[in-house]
Amino acid sequence: MNAGLPILRLGDILLSGLMSDLDDKTALAFTDELTTRIADEGIRGVIIDISRLEIVDSFVARVLMQLAGTGRLLGTRMIVAGMRPAVALTLTELGLQLTGVRTALNAEQAMELLGWRRPAEAAEEAPHAS
Amino acid sequence: MLPDERTTPSGEHPVRVEEDLLAARHAVRAAAVAAGFSIVDQTKIVTAASELVRNAYIHGGGGTMTVESVRDAAGRHGLRLRVRDEGPGIADVEQAMTDGFSTGAGLGHGLGGTRRLVDDFDLDTAPGRGTTVTVVRWKP
Repeated sequence: MNAGLPILRLGDILLSGLMSDLDDKTALAFTDELTTRIADEGIRGVIIDISRLEIVDSFVARVLMQLAGTGRLLGTRMIVAGMRPAVALTLTELGLQLTGVRTALNAEQAMELLGWRRPAEAAEEAPHAS
Repeated sequence: MLPDERTTPSGEHPVRVEEDLLAARHAVRAAAVAAGFSIVDQTKIVTAASELVRNAYIHGGGGTMTVESVRDAAGRHGLRLRVRDEGPGIADVEQAMTDGFSTGAGLGHGLGGTRRLVDDFDLDTAPGRGTTVTVVRWKP
């Protein structure tokens, strides 16, 4: 089953994001699809951007924790990126620390955690339009 | 069109099918925005609502949610959510409020965690009588 969420492949990394109105069926289909692709395509790292999620309740938290656990069993690093500050505060109060889930401030930092580096020198040498 | 007196401004929302969970969340978000809650408070209220309606849907076999704007004697504004179901009820309330306890698909933080997201929390339940959870978040 396809969750209808875009999953981009960059080398051996999958980059995806959850939408604000994530329902249970979509969340489960997404887990299935991602797990299958990790195994089939030899994926080394997965980034899930959640900056669009206005809330993370215990259901979504469980989905993320299961994804991270499954990814780890498959030898993949999964990083949840871009959690909104209000969501982080709420999750803490709810008592859900997303145990076992690696997080990053945003997708770019998640890419860096997976070993991608911005070509800084290339950026410096780039011609500037005047 | 004649006004329907049974419908309060915020209204009653069914919690019968999975799509209702999302609709309930949207209704609470809209009410929290209208009441002028901060982003953090909106997020806490909507998350609490999500936990409660999911409990009613999964454990209670469905029910209803009402959202009301309230004001206390001191003039404070708040938002009250009441989620009812006609399910089996909760036999051991103390256990249900404990973090880590769940008989369903959640993480077991449904009630204990939800209580921390609101200011007032009232649980009315008994075996065979269903469950009603009423919560209020007051504006600071």
